[in-house]
Amino acid sequence: MPDPQTASLVDEILARGERRPERLLQMLVQLQEALGYLPADVLTVLAKGLGLPRARVEGVAGFYSFLHLAPVGRYRVLFPDNIIDRMLGTPGLMDRMCRNLWLEPGHVSEDGVASVDTTSCIGMGDQGPSMLVNGHTLTGIDDARIDAICDRIRAGEPVGAWPAEWFRVEDNIRRADLLLDARLAPGEALAAAIALGREGWLEQMHRSNLRGRGGAGFTTAVKWLACRDAAGADKVVVCNADEGEPGTFKDRVLLTRLADAVFEGMTLAAWAVGAQQGFLYLRGEYRYLVEALESTLEARRSAGLLGHCIHGCQGFDFDIEIRLGAGAYVCGEETALLESLEGKRGTPRIRPPFPVTHGYLGRPTVVNNVETLAKTCLIARDGGEWFASHGTAQSTGTKLLSVSGDVARPGVYEYPFGVPVERVLRDAGAEDTLAVQVGGAAGIMLAGYEFGRHIAFEDVPTAGAFMVFDARRDPFEVARNFVHFFAHESCGFCTPCRVGTGLLKGYMDKLADGNGAYRDLADIEWLDRLLKNASHCGLGSSAPNPVIDVLQKFRPAIERRLRSADFQPAFDLDKALERARQMTGRDDAEAHLSNSPEHS
Amino acid sequence: MRDTPQTFLLDGVPVPFHEGQTILEAARAAGRYIPHLCWHPDFPPHGSCKLCIVKVGGRHVSSCAMPARAGAEVESDTPEMNGERRALLQMLFVEGNHFCPSCEKSGHCQLQALAYDLEMMTPRFNHFYPDRPVDASHPDVLLDFNRCIYCELCVRASRDKDGKSIFALTNRGIHKHLVVNAESGRLGDTDFSGDDLAANICPVGVILRKRVGFAVPIGSRTYDATPIRVVAMQSEDGEGA
Ligand SMILES: Cc1cc2nc3c(=O)[nH]c(=O)nc-3n(C[C@H](O)[C@H](O)[C@H](O)COP(=O)(O)O)c2cc1C
Ligand code: SF4
Ligand code: SF4
Ligand code: FES
Repeated sequence: MPDPQTASLVDEILARGERRPERLLQMLVQLQEALGYLPADVLTVLAKGLGLPRARVEGVAGFYSFLHLAPVGRYRVLFPDNIIDRMLGTPGLMDRMCRNLWLEPGHVSEDGVASVDTTSCIGMGDQGPSMLVNGHTLTGIDDARIDAICDRIRAGEPVGAWPAEWFRVEDNIRRADLLLDARLAPGEALAAAIALGREGWLEQMHRSNLRGRGGAGFTTAVKWLACRDAAGADKVVVCNADEGEPGTFKDRVLLTRLADAVFEGMTLAAWAVGAQQGFLYLRGEYRYLVEALESTLEARRSAGLLGHCIHGCQGFDFDIEIRLGAGAYVCGEETALLESLEGKRGTPRIRPPFPVTHGYLGRPTVVNNVETLAKTCLIARDGGEWFASHGTAQSTGTKLLSVSGDVARPGVYEYPFGVPVERVLRDAGAEDTLAVQVGGAAGIMLAGYEFGRHIAFEDVPTAGAFMVFDARRDPFEVARNFVHFFAHESCGFCTPCRVGTGLLKGYMDKLADGNGAYRDLADIEWLDRLLKNASHCGLGSSAPNPVIDVLQKFRPAIERRLRSADFQPAFDLDKALERARQMTGRDDAEAHLSNSPEHS
Repeated sequence: MRDTPQTFLLDGVPVPFHEGQTILEAARAAGRYIPHLCWHPDFPPHGSCKLCIVKVGGRHVSSCAMPARAGAEVESDTPEMNGERRALLQMLFVEGNHFCPSCEKSGHCQLQALAYDLEMMTPRFNHFYPDRPVDASHPDVLLDFNRCIYCELCVRASRDKDGKSIFALTNRGIHKHLVVNAESGRLGDTDFSGDDLAANICPVGVILRKRVGFAVPIGSRTYDATPIRVVAMQSEDGEGA
């Protein structure tokens, strides 16, 4: 049984969530914030309070990487581990911090004060080295800052009391176009759409030919129409603000600068499909944005842009609730997102049925990306045809790119679709570029001879990431980093991805250690095929992309890591004796096998 | 459901189906076997093991979950699909700890039977050798997690049929594993019974009844005599174990 103080906290959180099982994840997030971890007895009480089997609560708590079932220290430090962060020097900073605090990565310090670990990309690739401490985002980290942070941790100072400038996140808007230049007044687009009527508004959406900015590029009007026509009056609009694709941060900037436009886009979707309930699913990494977003929502309610009779329009009722994720890339996949919104493990659903007919709690649901929704405001205000006159015929309008890596000016760039890759490189101040990873880890790696290609659904599609690597970098290491990412983020539901990403990681590490053989390349290609063909969702099927690209376009980067042998065992006899050496306190020559790769 | 004269082609042979039937269900009703592990006739499709993958118009789909469509050309019993299924089995074998010769389920195990049927000769990939403790706390049932393939049949049976929710999955990715409905984490502290459907549905050797081990000698067990592609089509519950 938890102590009385903890028990009353659980009660309070249960009451705040109205004891609704679909708020389970939100309750776990709040308990984690308050208690630092989720003790077993707290889960028992919470399960009872929600009328859920305890095993289910434990199952959910165990799924999300920001929730902990064992103590992780009063200060929980996470360094992002995307290849861009590594290039910015986070491994060295992390090392410094560990030495400073006398602890090992992944373990809690002996005094229980702190733990230091890595996490996937936190969407700060344009901010210099960054980190999370107890869910707070810190940017512009250097050695001196690490030392200062360690001092405060040792002094036991709460993170909230640390200097505000340590937490400043710059917008870094480097090129503005239709959206970032639009100067939309709150309610302006909504007034225009209401004047058009629901039908007229959908017609403008059709004419705009707007396609989803979250990755798949599905035509937004078609999605909305399907949801509107689906059986069931209780429709839902969800804004996908999970932005987990490594190297992507443009939604962060939209949620900071254009939050009104994002919420207005959701309201425009609600107007089109007839929804009354809306959710913004915000990745846990963007926890720091919640307060500002809540106050924007409050201002919109006061202005009559949310709530009952929106804009004075009888029968137009709609409101928005923010729900937080807790460290799971797969929850960006729309059906996993819906599971997570329902307070469950983020496991992608079987499709069909699709969310437009069976979404949140089985209700017809539109899921759209942040940028997609913001862009609908432009269409409402300036018209579908006007919007379609920008970009290319198949990719209308503009695209926000999150540019990071080896460039002089990292940040957000908005271009009309069809912009050549080399133009972006030039504008960002990239020199001696070897490769560009467009669309994140799941995207495509472009080699120099492809820099004339165009950003567009029909050529190089992208959810917005644009990571630049110059000639000093090794494409193999880029791919290996992404493979580690996918293995870490696999939800584990289906066999090919759960096991295949782990196996692929093993092969890439074997190659990195210099123990690869040609036989391994055959196994890698076979795994790539299985992942592509048999995976349950887009995570597994895109996991081999970086490896396939490197094998095709940068083959020497892989081949130079192969030992000439046709076959090299993955099992290292000498390494296997390490435990025995440790236990016997030996490290002399006799305690080593001379035939192992490192010693031959 | 009313019969409709619709058909699709399975490996070139017409298979009739009703609206709403999946490819696997329709094939089965027509006496055609498609390999499967997580699918069970008494439950909605789960779609996790991917043993049932088939190719429809060049695209891979899970036949247990994909509604049949008139005129579709489905490839299933081909060297290509069976090759991919074999690789999925190899993945399941290397992910857990499967020492068939000492396993009480040997000969009754669907994973093992499928591996024989699909002529899986080696595990091919490196073993993960996970550390998965056994739970012997229950008086009548032993849990040996080393062999779990995460089909969630026990989860579904306990929740949807037994009304107990004894099992759930926690963690994710390769670290995903089963937990039981007790703060102690021990099966003995739940209201699980050996008579629950969940106690008798595991396709592999995780959920084992105590004191009946090796009552049927190895060599005279279900799949020792008859391949799974035959057993699965005979038995009412699609299991045969
Ligand atoms: C593994 C995975 C991760 C995804 N992550 C995101 C994400 O972070 N944000 C997003 O908008 N879409 C993401 N998507 C795409 C969504 O499933 C969905 O297509 C999108 O939200 C639809 O919105 P749109 O039509 O406006 O693009 C992801 C897809 C997959 C397979
Ligand atoms: S492909 Fe990976 S992330 Fe997607 S369902 Fe399968 S295991 Fe989960
Ligand atoms: S214990 Fe058996 S029934 Fe349950 S998930 Fe594992 S393999 Fe399936
Ligand atoms: S039987 Fe279809 S995925 Fe398992």
